[in-house]
Amino acid sequence: MTPRWKFWLIGGLVIAVLAAAIYFPILRRRVKRAARLQQQSEEQARRELTQPIVTNPGDPRVKTKLFWASDAIDSTLVPVTVDLPLSNDPVLRSKQVLNTLLAGPVDAELRTLPPDALLLAFYLLPDGTGIADFSEALATSVPSGIVSEQLAVNSITRTLEANVPQVKRLKILIHGQEVETLAGHLDLTGTFVVNAQPAQPPAADKAPAPAPGTLTPDKAPGKLAQPERKP
Amino acid sequence: MVSPSPAPSQIQQPAPGTTPPASSSATSSRGGVSGSVASPFGAQAQQAGLNIVVLDPPHGGTDPGARGTGGIRESEIVLDFVIQVRRALELQGFQVVQTRQGNENPSFDDRSATANAQRGAVFVSLHVSSTGLPGTVRVYVNADLPPVADSNGLIPWDHAQAPFLGLSKTFGDLVQGFLTQRFKGSPDSAQAASVRQLRTTAAPAIAVEISSVTVEDRADLDRMAPGVADAIARGAASFKPSYVVPNSPGGLP
Repeated sequence: MTPRWKFWLIGGLVIAVLAAAIYFPILRRRVKRAARLQQQSEEQARRELTQPIVTNPGDPRVKTKLFWASDAIDSTLVPVTVDLPLSNDPVLRSKQVLNTLLAGPVDAELRTLPPDALLLAFYLLPDGTGIADFSEALATSVPSGIVSEQLAVNSITRTLEANVPQVKRLKILIHGQEVETLAGHLDLTGTFVVNAQPAQPPAADKAPAPAPGTLTPDKAPGKLAQPERKP
Repeated sequence: MVSPSPAPSQIQQPAPGTTPPASSSATSSRGGVSGSVASPFGAQAQQAGLNIVVLDPPHGGTDPGARGTGGIRESEIVLDFVIQVRRALELQGFQVVQTRQGNENPSFDDRSATANAQRGAVFVSLHVSSTGLPGTVRVYVNADLPPVADSNGLIPWDHAQAPFLGLSKTFGDLVQGFLTQRFKGSPDSAQAASVRQLRTTAAPAIAVEISSVTVEDRADLDRMAPGVADAIARGAASFKPSYVVPNSPGGLP
């Protein structure tokens, strides 16, 4: 092999290595994004088939605060405001906001609830106790641990607190049954405080912005409130 | 309700239909009381002050707890952590009782019964989470519980933790303080959460959760064990002077 050929061969190899070094990270990002979009579209399709979000075109669009995980501070919640057509009926409104919460944020890594979990039913008792019945996936797919289970429940209670003032407390059922814990740690045998204040007419756009939902003892939502247990 | 005899406990048993706690004698045999203390109602009753730490490695048996992609199982790693915590506590002069020794899974009530049968005890449940910033540790105490109201002075089993919430917070803050010195990024104080295991425990009770099983190498978690053990032992030692021990096992503070 002549020196000239060697020069061209080595030069070509260097250019190929440089091109690969530049292109591979881009390719990796594209593959990750495609996988995420595919996962989201599968989730969306399943959700549309199994649990359509009940919306009435006549409902007024209001600024709705949904609490998902913060991407800046570990294990905390932040409110995300979205425009949603929300019913004035508290039961329907609760279903609407919880289904939107379950659908998850744009960035799937910030979701607090498992993508395959469904809200099966929501009831509101005259004393302001909401009963949310979730599918079994909420218990089986939420990451096991105090911090993750607390984050999941707090995202539910704080979203209801911000948007449905008629719900004072929340009882969480799994597939129609009372369970002892969410995923081995957080106690689901009692009710959680949602709104400690007297009920006001829904006015999400006038509501003061709550502080990010850190898991601190000062936060009323998410605290186990009252006995209401077996006699 | 339960009568004071033979065990002078002030804790009510769970309502019919719920899992009953183990009897005191069964608890003692399973609980693994260290040293020469075999019965919680013998020599211990003569001693004053905090002298027992009940360590709870959660999960076990068919319940692995949190699982990492690298095969780390919470139920296994907490047993290894407990060994080091136990050693650190014994060096501080505490007697240590464990709610489980091997790969079994006592019920929540059985674990609480182990703690409630002791006099002058604190309860520490040790967890490894699925999430959270790796290398951080959080201490949890029970969230608000309804006040104890019973005309005959008995504590309802379901809310046995209620009279101890303040003491649990003090104990939790102390342990969290020592942990935060070691593990940067951990919170400054104990956090409130409705941890099921703590609710039925009639003693100052905390849950310590280490982040997390998601680490790629289990050695990263193993390296945290001495620091966690030291913080819990120092927290217990610092808490000891502020704890006025009730007159009977599981009694009001």
